[in-house]
Amino acid sequence: MKQALIRYSPLIILAAAWEIAVRTGFVSALALPPLSDVVLAWIDLAHSGELASNALASLWRGGVGLFLAIVVGTAFGVLMAWWRPVNALLGPLVEAFYPMPKSALIPITVLWLGFGDGSKILLILLGCMLPVTMGAFNGARGSEQVLVWSARCMGASRIRTLWDVVVPSALPELLNGIRTALALSFILLVSAELIVAREGLGYLIGFLGANASYDAMFAVVLTVAFLGFAADRIYQFIADRVLAWRE
Amino acid sequence: MTGSVAKLVSANGWERPSSMIDAPQIVVEGVGHTYRPPSGRPVLALDNVSLEVRNREFIALLGPSGCGKSTLLYLIGGFLPIESGRIAVEEKPVVKPGPDRGIVFQHFALFPWKTVRANVLYGLERAGLPRKEREERADEYISMVGLKGFEDSYPSQLSGGMKQRTAIARTLAIDPKILLMDEPFGALDAQTRSLMQVELIRIWERTPKTVIFVTHDVQEAVLLADRVAVMSARPGQIKTIVDTRFDRSDTRMVKSKAFIEKVDELWDLVRIEAIKAQEQKTT
Repeated sequence: MKQALIRYSPLIILAAAWEIAVRTGFVSALALPPLSDVVLAWIDLAHSGELASNALASLWRGGVGLFLAIVVGTAFGVLMAWWRPVNALLGPLVEAFYPMPKSALIPITVLWLGFGDGSKILLILLGCMLPVTMGAFNGARGSEQVLVWSARCMGASRIRTLWDVVVPSALPELLNGIRTALALSFILLVSAELIVAREGLGYLIGFLGANASYDAMFAVVLTVAFLGFAADRIYQFIADRVLAWRE
Repeated sequence: MTGSVAKLVSANGWERPSSMIDAPQIVVEGVGHTYRPPSGRPVLALDNVSLEVRNREFIALLGPSGCGKSTLLYLIGGFLPIESGRIAVEEKPVVKPGPDRGIVFQHFALFPWKTVRANVLYGLERAGLPRKEREERADEYISMVGLKGFEDSYPSQLSGGMKQRTAIARTLAIDPKILLMDEPFGALDAQTRSLMQVELIRIWERTPKTVIFVTHDVQEAVLLADRVAVMSARPGQIKTIVDTRFDRSDTRMVKSKAFIEKVDELWDLVRIEAIKAQEQKTT
């Protein structure tokens, strides 16, 4: 606890600097509302229930989209590593789409599925799938032949070794890919909601900004930043547990 | 049915019916294998290899590195497709790996994400044994290799010798009729290796199995095996088979004149092939 406090002390310094810079007039309050106002606005938003309902909408979309991206991405990656024809079919597609800025898909998913949850979920599925696929593919391809053979000679069928050997072998790289996907999902979600949505944290940021409620807008931006940070820490904690065998 | 009878018989230490002893358990006939690297020219690894192994025999495959001795072992294990010739175990052709042929690899091949106990349990789960029996069997074999107290350790927490003990326990637990060993002590330091050799003899005397043991260590081959098949440099062929049966329970055996002479005899056979293999590498 004490260590964490020391570790994150630069954040406290930054917060203090923010408040002081605005209060002394060094930075215009129009560009940057004082932190204390932002905190008050956050309490208001939380009190009215607006923050929770919009956050819930965002987390639901993000969670479902990311879950689908992990399932589909892992399946693609493992099958590509395991079976050559799948690699021949999907490999070039993954290569071609991997460097594409996924935010370019926002208008397309809206065109297909409209303004609601569906388009956000599809966007996150498509945008976050490839890092997972790459992680699963590289990890599975590195799985050792002798481990597969060992499992086979202890009575595992070929399909069985996929689950028992190839997937666990791929786990370290797969979990790295998922971490990238997790960060990406926040970016995509908030951008999509900023552009076209009727609820969600991104929508709230856009709405408050358009109405010149800048202290409230900053409050939501900070909330998004905190949620992203918390998600990453929780994920890292779980991943470390899962990979405890590595030492 | 026959399997359970055989198990019962061996458990009581009785001899098996003579017909089972006389007929070779493993028959390798005219087997060839070409290694095709992802890039570069294909290499003839094995050429027209024939070998017969009797039930409960301990045979060593001895040869220079790259002579295809491991390839031969993998073919018997069913891990590689048989391209020419035939391999049969108890008169059934080998087509895929199976729990009748357990294998121990040089680099242990333990599942790193499983504990010692979970590694040993894996084959027993695949065999569909009831839970209680699985756990008893696992405990029995873990103590047999002297790893009691390390059941919950992960392979990354173990020394090389302990990893190989785990791998041996894992393979023995499924009670294979045939034990394939691919330079099992090759990755261990000299002291550990020597201890493991003694331990293997002890274990083998308790649970007699047919063993095919790949090694390039002449002394190890003579010490452990009933017969040593000397393999030639690439393309691998069986050059000769030497009888090396000694009284393994006698600890001074390795210092006896007969043992030392046998090691010398085999060394001379292997040396020529090792030199050839060296030349192949440089050209």
